[in-house]
Amino acid sequence: MSDTPVEDKKAKYQRVAYYPGCALEGTGHAYNRSTKAVGKALGLELDEVKNWNCCGAMEVKNIDPKIQTYLSSRVMSIAANEMHADVVMAPCNGCYHNLKKAEHDLAHDAGSREVVDRISQKAGHATYQAGQLETIHALDWIKQGVGEEELKKRVKNSLKGLKVANYYGCMYTRPRHIFPEKDRGPGSESTSQPHFMDDLLEAAGAENVDFALKTACCGGAHTLSDSDTSTKLVLNILRAAEAAGADVIATECPTCHSGLEMHQVRAETVLGQKTTVKMMYFTQLLGVALGLAPRKVGLHENVSDGIELLKSKGLE
Amino acid sequence: MPIHEQSLIRPENLKTHDKLVIDGIDVSGHWSTFIESRVVTDYNERLQEEIAALPGGEHIHRCWQCGSCTNSCTVNAVNPDFNPRYWIYLIRLGMESELLRDKDIIWQCVSCNKCTYACPRDVFPEGVMKATAHWLELKGHTPKSKSMHFDEEFSEQVVATGKIEEGRIIRGFFARTAQPLMQPWLIEMARRLARHLPIKLGMLMGLAALIRPRTRRWGKARRALEEYVDEQQTKQRAALGLGDLVEMAKAELNGAGKRG
Repeated sequence: MSDTPVEDKKAKYQRVAYYPGCALEGTGHAYNRSTKAVGKALGLELDEVKNWNCCGAMEVKNIDPKIQTYLSSRVMSIAANEMHADVVMAPCNGCYHNLKKAEHDLAHDAGSREVVDRISQKAGHATYQAGQLETIHALDWIKQGVGEEELKKRVKNSLKGLKVANYYGCMYTRPRHIFPEKDRGPGSESTSQPHFMDDLLEAAGAENVDFALKTACCGGAHTLSDSDTSTKLVLNILRAAEAAGADVIATECPTCHSGLEMHQVRAETVLGQKTTVKMMYFTQLLGVALGLAPRKVGLHENVSDGIELLKSKGLE
Repeated sequence: MPIHEQSLIRPENLKTHDKLVIDGIDVSGHWSTFIESRVVTDYNERLQEEIAALPGGEHIHRCWQCGSCTNSCTVNAVNPDFNPRYWIYLIRLGMESELLRDKDIIWQCVSCNKCTYACPRDVFPEGVMKATAHWLELKGHTPKSKSMHFDEEFSEQVVATGKIEEGRIIRGFFARTAQPLMQPWLIEMARRLARHLPIKLGMLMGLAALIRPRTRRWGKARRALEEYVDEQQTKQRAALGLGDLVEMAKAELNGAGKRG
């Protein structure tokens, strides 16, 4: 899969099965909206996975990892066997991670295969077989389905003058073994220094700052159950972005995004530590660059209000 | 960040005399410091097997104590007492009482997987942390952590309907952990969100709270998952030597019933 030539990927990613996941129907609604809007503006097509279920996020695996593998496999089984898709795209890092992990476990662990097959049979659907589907992130979809050159041609409002810290979080790059297509030299994504979001936003005219905490953890798994730790971790990320001169932290995950927003407010209310950097989904920024109205990409749904900032940069 | 090493000497075992003269030499104060020896007699020789029997703990035996996990750990940077390498060491030696000294913080692992990324032996330390937290609760050493309450609320909703609804999870979690929902910072967040939120979205979110999102034709999957969970829980309890207790209690009850 990772050896597919660039031009073939363009064709392959033109129309993909779309797995939005639970968060994109709730707190991540703006991410769902902006992903669809940007896809449409770039001529890419999405086919939502029919009657999908939750992937288990970061919680179900703590009860039993194989249940999580089953949950992801059911989504992939529908995409592959009922919709006959080759590629499924998940914009949420949690969903993307879990589908990738299920793919890995089903390919390498007989125990996982046995449990998934048993539950799938009882549930009355075809068992997903490793290799039937390629799982990609929204970043892969735009970076490899469109590419920077094409994106540059379509930019109407360059993000020139906007300083961006690109924040990728944990689940997009770790653990390494579930992402066999990464770290494969030029053109591929890096797990230690991811750059796909940087590449896309740079093509849209943004000025990416040198940000050391790209893959630091926001404490999303314990955002409510250990809020004090999460607030400390988030504050660290926000401060590092501000120190690097960023106006905006670009995000690519609804859990990271709402975690950063929530604990920015919590740091201010509980600890009296105020930070002013804004959070925006990378698809919101791309949308603005492509000339879409801020409401079209759901900027008014963000807790950290970036509309004024964009106005001050002449981007609205 | 250097590896934080737990001091092997407990502060309460350091003995100092304010006034002490030995053979005519004044050794008062820190000159007279002694370390009271301690003998570990309560090894649990099955500790590693017990952890390995729980999901995530399977590969603990591979560890060769390089410390990459602790060195890369997100939580260790916030709290130096959070030390995965040390806990793996204690588990492999069977030093249960030493491990229990840190029982209230082990659940705090944030699953960032930096340890798994750094580990040269594929121990999957993140999984070992989850298995250890799980073990502490199953053995009754700690009450259910807030994290476990959250995981259970979440998982029960997924198994029941195939999907989750965030508002319901938050309400359920605060209820389970007996915390007031009206946290000042949550109110402040809602206030900021309401600034631009159109009425339409507000209505949608209200409807989402009333109409439960669910996956259609989920019933069979639900029953299959419930069966699997029961089966796994019985297996895990047996591996921890807890299954026998349940059987014994049942037998006891039956006996009492017959005698009655």
